[in-house]
Amino acid sequence: MTITLRYFASLRETLGHSIKKMEIFEPQTVLSLWKLANPTIPLPENTLTAVNMDYVPLTHAIKDGDEIAFFPPVTGG
Amino acid sequence: MTIKICDTIFEPFTEIQIHQNKLTLQGKFGATSIFIGTMRDFNDGNDVQAMTLEHYEGMTQKQLAKIITAAKQQWQILDCLIVHRVGEILPNEPIVLVAVWSAHRGEAFDACRYLMEELKANAPFWKLEQLASNEKRWVKGKN
Repeated sequence: MTITLRYFASLRETLGHSIKKMEIFEPQTVLSLWKLANPTIPLPENTLTAVNMDYVPLTHAIKDGDEIAFFPPVTGG
Repeated sequence: MTIKICDTIFEPFTEIQIHQNKLTLQGKFGATSIFIGTMRDFNDGNDVQAMTLEHYEGMTQKQLAKIITAAKQQWQILDCLIVHRVGEILPNEPIVLVAVWSAHRGEAFDACRYLMEELKANAPFWKLEQLASNEKRWVKGKN
């Protein structure tokens, strides 16, 4: 299945890119997907995660076509 | 209920006036509660000369809509307006406007406070400060 990864703010800067398309062949959760996409970089503490623009826990199962986003705590307002 | 994301400076009192003039609720609202957030020229002990506000287009609007729906379930809101700035911003420029119209002041005060607090906690915006020294620094969020 094909999924899209999005990174924002300081996490985007750390990784050096903001978007990445991936083909995955095994069932993945949000956390296992991070490890697959960024094998040498531990997920920073306090990272927030969203799938299709809704907040989800790291245990959330990924489906075909999902957009998965990783970002630091928000600072709007 | 209106959500606006602006990539240029906005004038909050004009936004409120334009929105209120469009309302078909004349005679129905007795209270309007307003919060305006403005950029300071200092933060965490440093002078700040500019800021860049990044956001997650689409998720921002989705989360703000959810916050408004949750507020409507708790208070009798007749209408509300949320405007948030993104992009390059300078001290003294408005960052955010939350305005709530209701029949009575209690609902207006409480819903306006709730919308603002939930926006700060959940809407995917991030502030990158440019200090007077030209150093850039991401504002740390609470999680």
